[in-house]
Amino acid sequence: MSHSSPETLAALARQELEGLVKRTTPLTPKERIAITAQEMPTQDPAIRRRNVQEVALGYTPEQARLESMRCLQCRNAPCVQGCPVRIDIPGFLKAAADGDFQGACSIIKKNSLLPAVCGRVCPQETQCQEHCTVGKSLKSVDKAVSIGRVERFVADLERESGSAVAPTIKPATGKKVAVIGTGPASITVAADVRRAGHQVVMFEAFHKPGGVLVYGIPEFRLPKAIVQKEIDALTGMGVELKTNFVIGRTRKLKALIEEDGFDAVFIGTGAGLPKFMNIEGENLVGVFSANEYLTRANLMKAYDFGRADTPISRSGRVAVLGGGNVAMDAARTAVRLGASEVHIIYRRTEVEMPARIEELAHAKEEGVIFHLLENAKRLIGDKDGCVTALECLRYELGEPDASGRRRPVEVKGSEFIHEIDAVIVAIGNDSNPLIPRTTEGLQTTKWGNIIVDETGKTSIDRVYAGGDIVLGAATVILAMGEGRRAAASINERLK
Amino acid sequence: MNKILARTQLSDDVYMMRLNAPYIARERLPGQFVILQLDNEFGERIPLTIADADPVEGSITIIFQAVGKTTHNLADKQVGESVQSVLGPLGQPTHIEKFGTVVCVGGGIGVAPLHPIVKGMKAAGNRIIVIVGARTKGLVILEEQMRALADEFIICTDDGSLGRKALVTEPLKEVCGRIPKPDMVVAIGPPIMMKFCAEATRPFGVHTMVSLNTIMIDGTGMCGGCRVTVGGQTKFVCVDGPEFDGHQVDFDNMMQRLKAYRKHEDHAHEQCHLNAELSAKEKVNS
Ligand SMILES: Cc1cc2nc3c(=O)[nH]c(=O)nc-3n(C[C@H](O)[C@H](O)[C@H](O)COP(=O)(O)OP(=O)(O)OC[C@H]3O[C@@H](n4cnc5c(N)ncnc54)[C@H](O)[C@@H]3O)c2cc1C
Ligand SMILES: Cc1cc2nc3c(=O)[nH]c(=O)nc-3n(C[C@H](O)[C@H](O)[C@H](O)COP(=O)(O)OP(=O)(O)OC[C@H]3O[C@@H](n4cnc5c(N)ncnc54)[C@H](O)[C@@H]3O)c2cc1C
Ligand code: SF4
Ligand code: SF4
Ligand code: FES
Repeated sequence: MSHSSPETLAALARQELEGLVKRTTPLTPKERIAITAQEMPTQDPAIRRRNVQEVALGYTPEQARLESMRCLQCRNAPCVQGCPVRIDIPGFLKAAADGDFQGACSIIKKNSLLPAVCGRVCPQETQCQEHCTVGKSLKSVDKAVSIGRVERFVADLERESGSAVAPTIKPATGKKVAVIGTGPASITVAADVRRAGHQVVMFEAFHKPGGVLVYGIPEFRLPKAIVQKEIDALTGMGVELKTNFVIGRTRKLKALIEEDGFDAVFIGTGAGLPKFMNIEGENLVGVFSANEYLTRANLMKAYDFGRADTPISRSGRVAVLGGGNVAMDAARTAVRLGASEVHIIYRRTEVEMPARIEELAHAKEEGVIFHLLENAKRLIGDKDGCVTALECLRYELGEPDASGRRRPVEVKGSEFIHEIDAVIVAIGNDSNPLIPRTTEGLQTTKWGNIIVDETGKTSIDRVYAGGDIVLGAATVILAMGEGRRAAASINERLK
Repeated sequence: MNKILARTQLSDDVYMMRLNAPYIARERLPGQFVILQLDNEFGERIPLTIADADPVEGSITIIFQAVGKTTHNLADKQVGESVQSVLGPLGQPTHIEKFGTVVCVGGGIGVAPLHPIVKGMKAAGNRIIVIVGARTKGLVILEEQMRALADEFIICTDDGSLGRKALVTEPLKEVCGRIPKPDMVVAIGPPIMMKFCAEATRPFGVHTMVSLNTIMIDGTGMCGGCRVTVGGQTKFVCVDGPEFDGHQVDFDNMMQRLKAYRKHEDHAHEQCHLNAELSAKEKVNS
């Protein structure tokens, strides 16, 4: 993939937009489709491999307007059906096309609380953009209107210009709500419940709030300052934040209601239990879960070699097992920490990879090497117990399985060796069992996900849950949507 | 922010501190630990056992050995200063009940986490035999407190400067050989000591509980960095432990994993010398 400089992209957009704004008649759909799809300006791959700054730099105002003009304003708006929180996409794109960026942001904020985050990390190609008419007529989802990028642009502009208006808060009700966790589900609940006039206290196990947005998703994809801004907005609204406070240990969930006077509790504790493959050698030195690797790198800032106290493996040849966003993040973090080679091992093909297309492309540009239709069979160590090699098997695709993806089948006798000195296991997360284990009567599925009804309520009165702890490892926007629903139920319950 | 209420130096490099931590003090049970951090931006998160707690004052006591950067910086803090983050109480509490005769073996800094367990076991009506070991006299901590709780007290040093000149495994074997044999052993200390204590009791079939001190980050089951192999299965020390059946633990793997970041740590690690000496001696003895 060739890399165009941000300056080139900006200049081209300026020119193209100048031509279009001179027109006096409205653009026809054909003309809209003919507008150049705006590429996202990015840092040069050769440079960004050595820093943790954000890779995607964001549109210029001209690019944002041009991209918005590509929207056909479809009456049935299929894109909206693809957005889990049903943002009025044609509405905000129209405002942005006219250059009314603040107006565009206000439209988005009616449905989404975290546009700067979702604009960056939503898997748009399987959500809003999958259904876009423009993409359909150009026969490529890559050519769909880049809804997320415009969303990001208007949200960044609002944040940077400081023009966001503080939400109005209803008069105090005297009711108190506890929100456990500080990920996207919890942030949403805290905001919505606080706006209804209830007192809100958030509890976070880590020393910093933000959930996966700060400890998992790397800085180069989602700058931590953006998440912090959202947290600041909450505390600015009067939400109280208690970090280093793990519910189930520092305080039991039921004590919050029975002794501490909370009228309702929301559980948004995420899916923070790393899965391992249960293969030989997995506990060797140099084998990490992606959670450990990413937490060391992001939350503990281990990439800042001079200043951070938390050590991190600075290995030569790194293998990452898995094909999702987590695997891409771990691989690209390893690149930045100075690994000489980073290999992704995935047992299906690129088509089945759950990672976002953009992340896959970025990883490739940064030199990550992909090994498809392979899977680890066992890990081999030296006399000191350090991992030195990965024995893999080749796979081929068989019949489709329950998820509709073709099932990978191992090729018997195809064992071979990759020599490596670190392995990052990134095959997903299960639900953290801490709260279910310490809360009597809280019902979960056999996979440990908390069971809720259609209002987000759990098996315990006054206790609600949402996000990854309910859905299993999912997405930011789904977590936010669940938060919205639970908050509405809580506000209803406390009336 | 958790204010330091008291600070005492117990031996050359061992310190005791009382920290303000009302929630933790209220919930904590013997065997549990905290994770603390001196600086939220760049600091490391380190696990330390809660040696004691005062729910009325709202304070916890920690006893730690200055081995690396974070523990040294903590040791330099004075009364009135604060620790930025303290998280807890973490881990499963010790299973305390009336077993009969319980042998409590503490090596080096391991005496600190052992102390609350001894207290709990005593209160539950057990007869307590305490065996304390250290490299040399100056490194013995909490001697008086342990002596006061014990029905029988044995102390030994590697160099013979205090008590018997022996490793803790020696009196442990003798005690296990008695008739009737003890009902339970709790051994806490450097991994190599726990490994050999478990080996010492295995032939006698005495249940032996050890408390593992793996490398940790979150302490809530999120990272898997603390994992160990117990009975052929992977366990997370921070949520499934820290106490496990010593006869089931794969100590060699655990010790290798503890060394994972050795080359990254600037400071020499006191414990390593102790470990090396212990294992060398143990080889001679066994
Ligand atoms: C590396 C990685 C990359 C990802 N990339 C993407 C992406 O590109 N796009 C996308 O849409 N999604 C992505 N996801 C998924 C997305 O981040 C999650 O779906 C989302 O963050 C879930 O939000 P949540 O609010 O349910 O919980 P989380 O964000 O998991 O937050 C839960 C919080 O609760 C805290 N907590 C847990 N237990 C307790 C307790 N007992 N007491 C107090 N606090 C507690 C945790 O410390 C944590 O801070 C990614 C996930 C990972 C791990
Ligand atoms: C559940 C638990 C309870 C603990 N309780 C106590 C306690 O009550 N008192 C106490 O003094 N220590 C205790 N430890 C050990 C303590 O956590 C380490 O000594 C500490 O993390 C070292 O941090 P540092 O930054 O000072 O040293 P670092 O610079 O990180 O390390 C210095 C040296 O110590 C070794 N080291 C690092 N982490 C550990 C560890 N977890 N265990 C043993 N060696 C380690 C390293 O290999 C290195 O060589 C406990 C550990 C666990 C897991
Ligand atoms: S929130 Fe996500 S899915 Fe919805 S419009 Fe924005 S980018 Fe698309
Ligand atoms: S489907 Fe595409 S073109 Fe149609 S309204 Fe949505 S964004 Fe615009
Ligand atoms: S310390 Fe992270 S899982 Fe135990």
